[in-house]
Amino acid sequence: MTNLLVNNTPISVEPGTTILHAAQQAGADVPTICYHEACTANALCRMCVVEVEGARTLVPACVAKVSEGMKVQTETPRVERSRRTILEMLSSAVDLSEAPEIQAQMQAFGANAERFPEAERRDYPLFNDNPMFVRDYSKCIMCWRCVQVCGEDAQYAFAIGIDGRGYHSHIGTFANRPMPESTCVFCGQCVGVCPTNALQPEREFLLQKGHTPDEVIELTRVEQRRRKRIER
Amino acid sequence: MTIDLSLLRAELVARSWRQRDDLLPALHAAQTLYAHIPPQASDEIARALGVPLADVQGVIEFYDLFSETPRAAKVVQVCADPACAMRGADEVLAAAKAIGQTENVTVLRAPCLGKCNCGVAVSVTAGLPAQTRVFASVTASSTAEAIHQQASESEDFVGGDVRLMTALCQENRRAKLAEYEAAGGMRAWRKAMTERNPSALIAEVKAAGLVGSGGAAFPTGVKWEGAAKARGDEKYFVVNADESEPGTFKDRVLLERDPCRVLEGAMLGAVAIGAKKIFVYVRGEYPAAIRAIQEAIREIKLAGYLAEAGLEMELRVGAGAYVCGEETALFEAIEGKRGMPRFKPPFPVEVGVFGKPTAINNVETLAKVPHLLADGAAAFRRFGTEKSAGTKLFCLSGDVARPGMYEVPFGVTLRHVVDDLAGGVTGGGLKAILMGGAAGAFAKPDALDVKLSFEDLRAAGLPLGSGAILILNETRDVRDVLARLGHFFAHESCGKCYPCQLGTQRQHEILDRVAQGRALPGDLERLQDVGWTMTDASLCGLGQTAASAVLSALKLWPELFNRQG
Repeated sequence: MTNLLVNNTPISVEPGTTILHAAQQAGADVPTICYHEACTANALCRMCVVEVEGARTLVPACVAKVSEGMKVQTETPRVERSRRTILEMLSSAVDLSEAPEIQAQMQAFGANAERFPEAERRDYPLFNDNPMFVRDYSKCIMCWRCVQVCGEDAQYAFAIGIDGRGYHSHIGTFANRPMPESTCVFCGQCVGVCPTNALQPEREFLLQKGHTPDEVIELTRVEQRRRKRIER
Repeated sequence: MTIDLSLLRAELVARSWRQRDDLLPALHAAQTLYAHIPPQASDEIARALGVPLADVQGVIEFYDLFSETPRAAKVVQVCADPACAMRGADEVLAAAKAIGQTENVTVLRAPCLGKCNCGVAVSVTAGLPAQTRVFASVTASSTAEAIHQQASESEDFVGGDVRLMTALCQENRRAKLAEYEAAGGMRAWRKAMTERNPSALIAEVKAAGLVGSGGAAFPTGVKWEGAAKARGDEKYFVVNADESEPGTFKDRVLLERDPCRVLEGAMLGAVAIGAKKIFVYVRGEYPAAIRAIQEAIREIKLAGYLAEAGLEMELRVGAGAYVCGEETALFEAIEGKRGMPRFKPPFPVEVGVFGKPTAINNVETLAKVPHLLADGAAAFRRFGTEKSAGTKLFCLSGDVARPGMYEVPFGVTLRHVVDDLAGGVTGGGLKAILMGGAAGAFAKPDALDVKLSFEDLRAAGLPLGSGAILILNETRDVRDVLARLGHFFAHESCGKCYPCQLGTQRQHEILDRVAQGRALPGDLERLQDVGWTMTDASLCGLGQTAASAVLSALKLWPELFNRQG
């Protein structure tokens, strides 16, 4: 077992445990955004950063492993400034209106959604190109989960990838082609792991737009028939 | 434009490109053939290499030198980063764009082209990166000559107090292998081949106190020892020649003029760690260096040096991404992926390129290895201080009489380099010094007496970084320099981790309005929060230093950040 201190509380965990899991075992609440149990952790969002004694920078708890005698603090001013600022920058870039978990974090860390005036937002057109789901990348926070489950974390379909660079990186299909022309197998896993409703089931999307359940079924059926015709 | 895919197919077959790590070379070939990478070409490459199409797209969009939309047969890039900007880059860019209106050229603003000593730098590409020409000292009135490839290229001045690394860098041409040998080159290699004792090489490098010159100053011997001890039959040695730090051009000059020295250093490193393969990864914007390395590798191979140790050496050309100077991002690029840094640990000495133990060193570090191992640690330590052994290359640019590359022993004063070697400040009194490049920090004139050693600079709170020193005279506006650095980092962030992906963009926007005299109330605090969040929470060195210069300026000149006008 590996012994460490989390917020001054001694705890023993299996060697190779991540700091995130060790902190959870110690009862410390470490926030995450991109992290998902079913996906490879990539330490993208950095909400899970903690202070580790002796480390120059903050350490992402979702990927960093525990070591013997490690001293971890999960709620220092340095940690909280980073978390608050990340949330403020995120909300200045992306439509978080359908991301209740992130909204709750903003409240918890006192993040001001209007902190960055005159900021360029990441606005993208809505892609409604198949009968299964819509893609609204203005809500996309680049957590990579959809790309991961489409690829090596689950489906090996590789229909989507990460395009662009830096602030302007985004998720896309090859040559921006509609989903039915990609290698997508419509397994729906990407929709299942999306935390912000950037990927939304078509039927839910239509219901939200005010269609009655009967209309929704009819609309998506027509769409499915149309697609079958094209395939033939 | 019609796309004749048979040309690309022939190339794929001729070069035996059929694996993922052939992706960057294949995309370079397609970009050259068609002046962009059309979907048909991507499809062809994806099938030949067995790479998902969506991944190919992601790689194309990651690297600046690749384009999905057609570019003109001639691509003109104008550097507008601080040193070139001080020499009129905005005017040159405007002139180039005007010419682009009437002639069939694509004009782009480029990140630093490594000619900070002789800007404005204008690169003209009409083929493979190796055929690109980068013109120096271009002005608005000579922009047309540059675009028509009738201007002059290199104007590098090399000086200093010592000539160890720079012994063969005096003339504006590449020293051939024979000249390098005649000047004492390959002595360390012969010794190593006679003694056949890799651990002795590592012990000597450790005794000499050699540390990396890329910016992080990690002890080279410790790195080599780690890679040598790492388990695994297959190991790699990598030369990091992806120099792209604004203000830095030392690796370019070393490679253009004396590449054999750097390659000998790499060969010695490979032998020390037990690697059989060396990758030399050079940035795509350094055409003269690419050609010089190609020729030097050919000479070294022909002379039988590589065969003596069963070594293989391969040149890899980058495709426009500053972040690939970060070692793990560079590995990703070699492997044919988007150049996004990996989380460490594991460190490269255990899990490096292709997942194998890898030692990776900067060009300047390797240029020190041949004389270190030929003459021994004691001779190496004749120069420098106890804690900063040997000599160091500094890149002087901005308002000095003789911008250039200077080799000095560690421990001389900044004043000595600026006044005695570079001829002093021009155009007025000294206002500020940017130490360490874009990822560096500002200092005021009172820092001139600091000694240039790791220990003295650390005590003064200044970075040595890559050895870049940008001098600003009193007529310069620090806010303009900061706005350009902000643009640079926003352009170069890879987009992987949130603090850097979001922070470089927000910082860029705020610095732009500060430079325009439109600072909003609270911008100083915003820059501080964004800056510290990037510094503390980013994944790699790019994000961790993207606010370094800004945070130093906030401390030195807080009044600049709420000034209107």
